[in-house]
Amino acid sequence: MMDLRELYQDIILDHGRHPRNFRVIEHSTHSAQGHNPLCGDRVTVYLNLDGDRIADVSFQGRGCAISTAAASLMTEADARALFARFHSRVTGGEAADEPVEPLSEEMDRLEPLTGVKAYPARVKCATLSWHALEAALKGGARTTVKTE
Amino acid sequence: MKPASLRSVYPGPGGFDPSLLKREFPIFASNPGLVFLDSGASAQKPRSVIDRISNYYSTDYANVHRGVYRLSARSTELFEEAREKIRAFLNAPDQREIVFVRGATEGINLVAQSWGAAYLKAGDEVLISELEHHSNIVPWQLLRDRIGIRLVVAPIDATGGLDVAAFESLLSPRTRLVAMTHLANATGALIPIETVTRLARRHGAKVLIDGCQAAPRLSVDVQALDCDFYVFSGHKTYGPTGIGVLYGRYELLSEMPPWQGGGEMILSVTFEKSEFQDPPHRFEAGTPDISGAIGLGTAIDFIEDLGRDNILEHEEALTGYGIDRLSRIPGLRMVEAGQGRLGILSFDLDGVHPHDLAQVLDQHNVAVRAGHHCAQPLLEKLGLAATTRASLGVYNDESDIDRLATALGAAREMFSR
Repeated sequence: MMDLRELYQDIILDHGRHPRNFRVIEHSTHSAQGHNPLCGDRVTVYLNLDGDRIADVSFQGRGCAISTAAASLMTEADARALFARFHSRVTGGEAADEPVEPLSEEMDRLEPLTGVKAYPARVKCATLSWHALEAALKGGARTTVKTE
Repeated sequence: MKPASLRSVYPGPGGFDPSLLKREFPIFASNPGLVFLDSGASAQKPRSVIDRISNYYSTDYANVHRGVYRLSARSTELFEEAREKIRAFLNAPDQREIVFVRGATEGINLVAQSWGAAYLKAGDEVLISELEHHSNIVPWQLLRDRIGIRLVVAPIDATGGLDVAAFESLLSPRTRLVAMTHLANATGALIPIETVTRLARRHGAKVLIDGCQAAPRLSVDVQALDCDFYVFSGHKTYGPTGIGVLYGRYELLSEMPPWQGGGEMILSVTFEKSEFQDPPHRFEAGTPDISGAIGLGTAIDFIEDLGRDNILEHEEALTGYGIDRLSRIPGLRMVEAGQGRLGILSFDLDGVHPHDLAQVLDQHNVAVRAGHHCAQPLLEKLGLAATTRASLGVYNDESDIDRLATALGAAREMFSR
């Protein structure tokens, strides 16, 4: 069995206990709620878009250490550019032995979350806030996404 | 038939030794060191059940009923023998009152769609409680949406048990059915079900009891309970998956329309009309889960051999030990479960989400369940999104609880940094 500390690395535990940007953005231009009906976790992602640029991003909700840390780390990353890449990594869509371009500094910061690959039941914990972000970017108005 | 190796495990009055009993469950040999505390979701299977199913397919298998040849007759006999064991298990007056279904969920849906649709009308009330599993909520909502019955919910009191006074005040001539759990799956709250039944009767309501968690732990006597319907699932009762039981009072079953049509349930069929069998076969359309029924019969032999009083005594003692042991863990709060808690320890550990907790416990080879336990309305009421639940079986002993407590300490340490 994989060492659990691969899943719960220090940065995950830290962001899980002390999430960054854990607040509501009043009058946000975009927001969306993510809901995992299986475990009851809920996260709302708030965005202020300035043209194409994310001027501010935050989240609120309740969830496990993985989903809270994933949302917190997301708010500190260049989210839009990273979404597709991150999603494919945690779902194993990007093969490990495939030659990949060197990860950006942003992607490196998210690397600890890829520990969920070894725990299929927890992948959706890591992707919940990212689905909400995608829905907010696409939907604009208030929308809710459910993890499949 | 009691395997010789089992006799030493339960010497009769005075109980049995769970640590020796583990040897009767092959899962523990295949998974050394496993602390299995998820019997509330599904119990592990004793060797006798596993072997019986295998032997049945090897030596006695053929489709039941209708077969002229001896093998089919033997298979039918074994299938009906299992029905008789279940009748005795529930102390039902008559074998014809035992309907084989896929599980408790299907049993409740059968009552809702057959009895409910035939006898209830718009404005009639079905009274449930806040402690119900989704399977005793959703079938009534479906019926409500179809024919306009009202679904009324009796609340819990401050201790997490059924508020009996509030329940009584909700009973009225409009109450046609009280559908309630015997033992709440999410919290382990034991319902004063005799009181519930007596009060319901006084108001002329029929009573359905969801016995999923009670059947493996308590003696169930449907005549003493004076209920109209009682359901339980085989797989939570040390039997196989895919089989369950609906007990129904014969005078009700005999008047109820079929709910699924097909083979087995008919007397004669023409393209114009069909005549239906009497209960229980009227409600068993198609080839049933024959091996499941026979396996469940063997599981019931296993339970009866252990002794249901002994099982209750064991579950009570271990529940008490668990509450005591877990309550001493700093930051751990037991979820309220009323005055009587049995076999299920649902708790919250401060600062650790149940899913993270279950993950760490798994690393320590301790299997528990984290989540809403298919009782979202109850958890909502208790102000919780999820809990961690350890549920007990006959194979658990104090060392399992100790291992759980140690792992909880490790989890707390990990997440409090």
